[in-house]
Amino acid sequence: MAKVRGAIVVDVEKCKGCGVCVPACPQDVIQLAKEVNGKGYHYAYMHVPEECTGCTNCAIVCPDGVITVYRVKAETV
Amino acid sequence: MAMEIKDIIKPENIVYRRTPLLTDKPLSYCPGCGHGTIHRLIMEVVEEMNIQDKTIGIAPVGCSVLAYEFMDIDMQQAAHGRATALATAIKRLLPDRFVFTYQGDGDLAAIGTAETIHACNRGENFIIFFVNNGIYGMTGGQMAPTTLPGMKASTCPFGRDTKIMGNPLKITELVAQLQGTYYVTRQAVHTPNAVRKAKKAVRNAFEYSKHNKGLCFVEFVSNCNSGWKMNAVQANKWMEENMFPYYPLGDIKVPQSEKV
Repeated sequence: MAKVRGAIVVDVEKCKGCGVCVPACPQDVIQLAKEVNGKGYHYAYMHVPEECTGCTNCAIVCPDGVITVYRVKAETV
Repeated sequence: MAMEIKDIIKPENIVYRRTPLLTDKPLSYCPGCGHGTIHRLIMEVVEEMNIQDKTIGIAPVGCSVLAYEFMDIDMQQAAHGRATALATAIKRLLPDRFVFTYQGDGDLAAIGTAETIHACNRGENFIIFFVNNGIYGMTGGQMAPTTLPGMKASTCPFGRDTKIMGNPLKITELVAQLQGTYYVTRQAVHTPNAVRKAKKAVRNAFEYSKHNKGLCFVEFVSNCNSGWKMNAVQANKWMEENMFPYYPLGDIKVPQSEKV
């Protein structure tokens, strides 16, 4: 069965930790990190990376456009 | 066989990336501000239509006064409220260009009301992007003409009293009455669905402006979490509950005959 797998890459230093991407994710993949970036913001990261489907919802609501989305069709046995 | 994250993160698998028409400068807006999303939508549409060298934007006064630093196209910056007057001049001198103004509610609906209404009435062939967050963001959260009744701002700390301060100005409905406007719509950018719809509206506005049949007016109901004293997620929720009943989303005036 083909399964869609996705991944996001957050530009950590540009993320302002607003958290708008967190409720936008239908799979609840994203959370804000406990650590902070250089400006002191709690940046977004993939908390459960294996659930990401690469739907791009987080990236299109991100006000700062710091999220890049990748998607592949993975064959699972 | 389990797939590793590093197998997914490859250049050929990119499905979404920040448009290169936004410069590398970090946006100067507060965390969660809708301005960033709206900047990106406009630039994505310009990129898709491949009109980067034919588009001229006008930056306003307000939070987005530095929009020309972030959008990698030709831009001008107008005096407070006079963006539509400058856009009129540019469009008349260079009629083959796509001209848009990008204005906030303090700029467009307060000091620039006259310029806006007359530009709409003359049916100038440019696009107005109007970002309505119901408050003066840059100067510290003062009451704007679009502030909701009862809504607190730094110059009305007990809430807007409509007996003294009047009712919020629905400028989008107002300009829709004028014959010069061709396409008038109101959108939001707080959820993925809203962003997708808003992007279609931006695309429509650019396509319609090709016909030179009148002014296209796109309002975005947006948030101002700093001015509203909330975090970004709360502000979006508050906006849904309070702003949308007063400023309902959707197309207000759509061209009848033309098809994009």
